[in-house]
Amino acid sequence: MWIYEKKLEYPVRVYKTDPRMARFLSAQYGGPDSELSAGVRYLTQRYTMPTNKAKALLTDIGTEELAHWEIIATMIYQLVKDLSPEQMIREGLGAHFAEHDRAVYPADAAGVPWTAAYIQATGDPVTDLHEDMAAEQKARTTYEHLIRMTDDPGIKDTLRFLREREVVHFQRFGEALNDVQEELTRKKIF
Amino acid sequence: MEQRQMQMLREIQQLEFAAVELNLFLDTHPRDREPLNDLKTVVDRLHQLKEQYEGMCGPLTVQGFTPESYPWRWVEGPWPWEMVY
Repeated sequence: MWIYEKKLEYPVRVYKTDPRMARFLSAQYGGPDSELSAGVRYLTQRYTMPTNKAKALLTDIGTEELAHWEIIATMIYQLVKDLSPEQMIREGLGAHFAEHDRAVYPADAAGVPWTAAYIQATGDPVTDLHEDMAAEQKARTTYEHLIRMTDDPGIKDTLRFLREREVVHFQRFGEALNDVQEELTRKKIF
Repeated sequence: MEQRQMQMLREIQQLEFAAVELNLFLDTHPRDREPLNDLKTVVDRLHQLKEQYEGMCGPLTVQGFTPESYPWRWVEGPWPWEMVY
């Protein structure tokens, strides 16, 4: 089960000099390589992992991804909360305002709603862990794009933290993959 | 939120992040003693800090440290997405 802790994993400081970023940050809120995709993917794949280490890792990283999902939502929420409709239209957020006002919504940077088609759970742990490693690389790359797109120092700092986490997650999934492969080999021999 | 409370929250965030890092490392290295010892140190300090912080600012989790205090403080803001650091 899940317990919610009433704090962000890392602070969000939005200097509000770059409201356009709200639209682009959506990529990590509801896009294909978003924190939402990561969280749902890992929390879904964990049920059919063959080793305790993999079950634990997917549960824990999946949970951390939801905490990141909250951080992205916070950035978007703070960027748009004081904007007038006219300002939103000017900053490329008109379509969002029409359908969502200043609400946060899980869609990608172009407004395409999130879908489970972004994730897989094949039931083959070697396949799933390879997907997870690829997912972490895709998320890292997306963060690198986003970091380049803004000069707001607060946003950049939080994005750098999130990017660094992807690198660490990739490392851990690689270790879990090795462990699973060893386990499967061991089962075959004996 | 006051300066002092914000400083405590920042320290809790930093320590808890260290705990998450150690947690993930231990998931793939469950027999390493050093990270396990480090985690114990971090968690002990976290418990102390959280108790202090929750006394001032209300619970961080629904169970919290002072569930019996009146009125029910869990509903109080600021909520995490409203905080200005």
